[in-house]
Amino acid sequence: MLESVNVSLESLNLITLLPMLIPVVGALLILITDLFKSGQDKSLYVMLSVIFLVVDFGALLESADIFAKNGTVLGVFNVMLIDGLAILSQFIIVGASIVFIPLSLTSKRFHEFSYPEFFALFLFMIAGFQFMVATDNLILIFVGLETASLALYTLIAMHNRDKSFEAAVKYFTMGALSAAFFSLGSMVFYALTGSVEINQIATVLAGNGYADIAYVLIAVTFMLGSLGFKLSLVPFHTWAPDVYEGSSASMAGYMSIVPKIAGFIVAMRIFEFLIHSGVVWLEVILYLFVVVTMTAANMWALVQTDVKRMLAYSSISHAGFVMAAILIGTTQSNSALFLYWVLFAFTNLGSFAMLWISRQKNIPWYQTSDHSYNKFAGMIKTSPVAAIIMGLFMLSLAGVPPFALFWGKLYMISSAVNAGYTLLALIMALNSAIAGYYYLKLIVYMFMKEPVQGAEEQVFTNNSSLPLRSIIGFAAVGTVFAFILVNPLVEFITSFVYNSGY
Amino acid sequence: MLDNILSILIFFPALAAVLGFAIQRDSIRSYGVAVATIEFALSLLLWFMFDANASGMQFMETLPLVPVFGINYILGVDGISVFIIILSTFFTLIGIASLGEIKKVKYMIITLLFLQMTMTGVFAALDAIVFYVFWELSLVPMLYIIGAWGGPLRIYASIKFFLYTFTGSLVMLVGMLFMAYFYYQASGIWTFAILDWYRLVLPENLQLWLFAAFFVGFAIKVPMFPFHTWLPYAHGQAPTIGSVMLAAILLKMGTYAFVRFSLPLFPDASVFYMMPIAVLAIIMIIYTGMVAYAQKDIKQVVAYSSVSHMGVIILGTFALNVEGISGSIFLMLGHGVVAGALFFLVGVIYDRRHTKMMSEFGGLATVMPRYATVFGIMMMASVGLPLTINFVGEFLSFLGFYKQSHILTLLAGTGIIVGAIYMLAAYKKAFFGEVTNEANKNLPDLNKKELFALIPLVIISIWLGVYPKPVLEPINNSVEAIVQLMHDKAITPEAKSRIPNLINDKNSQEGAH
Repeated sequence: MLESVNVSLESLNLITLLPMLIPVVGALLILITDLFKSGQDKSLYVMLSVIFLVVDFGALLESADIFAKNGTVLGVFNVMLIDGLAILSQFIIVGASIVFIPLSLTSKRFHEFSYPEFFALFLFMIAGFQFMVATDNLILIFVGLETASLALYTLIAMHNRDKSFEAAVKYFTMGALSAAFFSLGSMVFYALTGSVEINQIATVLAGNGYADIAYVLIAVTFMLGSLGFKLSLVPFHTWAPDVYEGSSASMAGYMSIVPKIAGFIVAMRIFEFLIHSGVVWLEVILYLFVVVTMTAANMWALVQTDVKRMLAYSSISHAGFVMAAILIGTTQSNSALFLYWVLFAFTNLGSFAMLWISRQKNIPWYQTSDHSYNKFAGMIKTSPVAAIIMGLFMLSLAGVPPFALFWGKLYMISSAVNAGYTLLALIMALNSAIAGYYYLKLIVYMFMKEPVQGAEEQVFTNNSSLPLRSIIGFAAVGTVFAFILVNPLVEFITSFVYNSGY
Repeated sequence: MLDNILSILIFFPALAAVLGFAIQRDSIRSYGVAVATIEFALSLLLWFMFDANASGMQFMETLPLVPVFGINYILGVDGISVFIIILSTFFTLIGIASLGEIKKVKYMIITLLFLQMTMTGVFAALDAIVFYVFWELSLVPMLYIIGAWGGPLRIYASIKFFLYTFTGSLVMLVGMLFMAYFYYQASGIWTFAILDWYRLVLPENLQLWLFAAFFVGFAIKVPMFPFHTWLPYAHGQAPTIGSVMLAAILLKMGTYAFVRFSLPLFPDASVFYMMPIAVLAIIMIIYTGMVAYAQKDIKQVVAYSSVSHMGVIILGTFALNVEGISGSIFLMLGHGVVAGALFFLVGVIYDRRHTKMMSEFGGLATVMPRYATVFGIMMMASVGLPLTINFVGEFLSFLGFYKQSHILTLLAGTGIIVGAIYMLAAYKKAFFGEVTNEANKNLPDLNKKELFALIPLVIISIWLGVYPKPVLEPINNSVEAIVQLMHDKAITPEAKSRIPNLINDKNSQEGAH
């Protein structure tokens, strides 16, 4: 006879689940709507998604308020962990999603957007990411990760290009391997410490003084492999350019931001205590990962002939740059991670959206791929405003002040300097210089070359519509006037990160 | 309103540039000239209100930008920066006014106005990050000017220019972050304000490293040997206006930054590196002078001679005494006027003949007498003939360095002879002798537009050569303050003895009377 479980509802603190439940409810509602009346226009689903995401954002503001007053909140058998990291990353996840989803209101028709399932999956995916960051239980992280990833694979496959299916399958197989790595890593941790909670693991490992260091390293290696796939760290990056190329430009931009911030949070939770415990090997391994990811991805980006692939490699390089924050592991560096990612989100979503509005149905003869460089030749002549905005995003990505990403780079390099990582700071600075070249290459094409003979005039704004233009305008304004945002952002982020104990 | 004159000087051209997009293509020249005239008038007003006797910063403005991280929007000018700002507004004005027939003239004028914003910003910024922002931002308009209006190799040249400077600046940025961190360690306050940094005394070994980090950024910009290779390309490919702005103002950012950052922040390191840098400067003066002599392209002659003169400026700066530094700053202005004018003059002949090869010319003096006269005066000024503007600066720079090392100064002096040789040789090839080339027989002389640009430059270069006091005195006052600061901050006995103590000198002189 089992004892009856007696738990008061109060102690479950179900409010902690609220932000994740909102998109789930939204997704179900979209599916139900479709049951009642199918074949409705995509604008309905887009707006429904936006509404639910905005409500979600409101719920996050509420929990941010609670956190500011009472500190970290645990809930649902202490599985949910609502600390500053969880809240900040959810802000980025939901915020970026609100900006992303109206990108499907294109003037051209794309068949994936006509399915309500697209939007339902999208909302499920967001819930998955939210679960992933708002817990320190390895099992829930795994569940969140898989929910989100499976939804994402499907979203990619729904795009109607030859390469989309290839991309989805590639991503799926790599993702499956990464999931296996993750579970193996968790298993070793569990075997060592008898717990799947990261803080428990940390306590037990610290208690026995890292006696089984060999096993810890095995677990860490698996974890690093798994998160390396998600964060596209070299050498686990091979899927990224192909997947970006195969998916729609807007989806590629989304993938470069949201899944990665979720991955960073998990990496931060797992690696931070290990680094602070003085496991030198881990520090060396991470150092190598960071430097190799930054540098190698930059080198590959230099030789790309397609802008989207270039941006894919540049996103990898940026991920490496930000991974340095976890290696450095100070409050400033962890705050810099969030600052960097917010500003990166603006710029990168903007630049992928620029590719998205220039999407063509058929590729003309002079282009070797969807967004080859020579497509953009002489853009200043045919559509000057678009060219200037695209140039702005490129300068921001290169880290030219005073545009958005410069402040992220500044704060990140400063955190490396302050923590005594002089060499790393220099490597980061020099990598920014290398990266300058390939961003400049696009600017050169747009501003200094003559248009290809017989090129279509309208190509750069082919796919644009009012919502798309508004989003790009919003991103451009955010990129230019970032210097106003930086101070409140730094203050807000630092207080949240600091109060979470990171 | 006039409390914010520096902000107005910085952002007025930027605002005007944005509005310029709405101007009709045919009216854009008038618009550009009008805006540049207002800007120039404002800068003259700045000079008028400037207190020449004060040595400190004037027209200070402070606005918090990222206060948690100690970044503030701080502006201010002293005798060192005020004249370079005026020079930059002046060159923008005559640059726009004398703009020849080029394609996309509207974009060119808008770009020049943006460039004006960044130039004023660099020289007025008193916060390291704000300085860095404008410093980097100035690359973008220049990149566009070279890349869109340049010669056949323009894209290569513009990318080389951008990447070279961008890389150097990023190393400098790391240096700035370190500097802020050391200041934070010493005082517990985050700040990037230069005036606060001036008060920080660093141990010598840290100074050496930080000096090196800043040096990479500045030396590439100047450009110092062996980092000068981007400059001939940039000049060779840039359109006339690009070369003029580059030589007259943008290169001065590097030498100005040495005076503003390197010397007062790292006095011991400045003394430590004085001789190596002086050797580099002398190599610049002599070697690039010789290279200039070997050129067949007249624009390359002017470009290399420009590098050569930048060597004299560096030498004067690293004399680390009042004569040398004042002289180098005066020479920055002089070099701006003279090199700017020479590039204008090369542009004039290029517009007519579409070639810059000296072998194509010969006997131009009979065909274009006014042109030959102006070119002659400017060439004499460039050589450093007494009673021209460059003579004052060169003489003071050498005088300053003579106090540090006789031999090196003597060597550098031979560089001036080399300068005279290549300039006179170039002048002879192009202007004297018979008109051999048929195409040169009927070239029109300088027109009104060109005279409008050149006459003021001629006047300035003679006026300030004969009577440099109104400019030299404010410079001198500010330089004295910097030298005294350096002396007070210096730790090593070597540095104490190399950098003169002005207060003691004055007292002892008064005692003697």
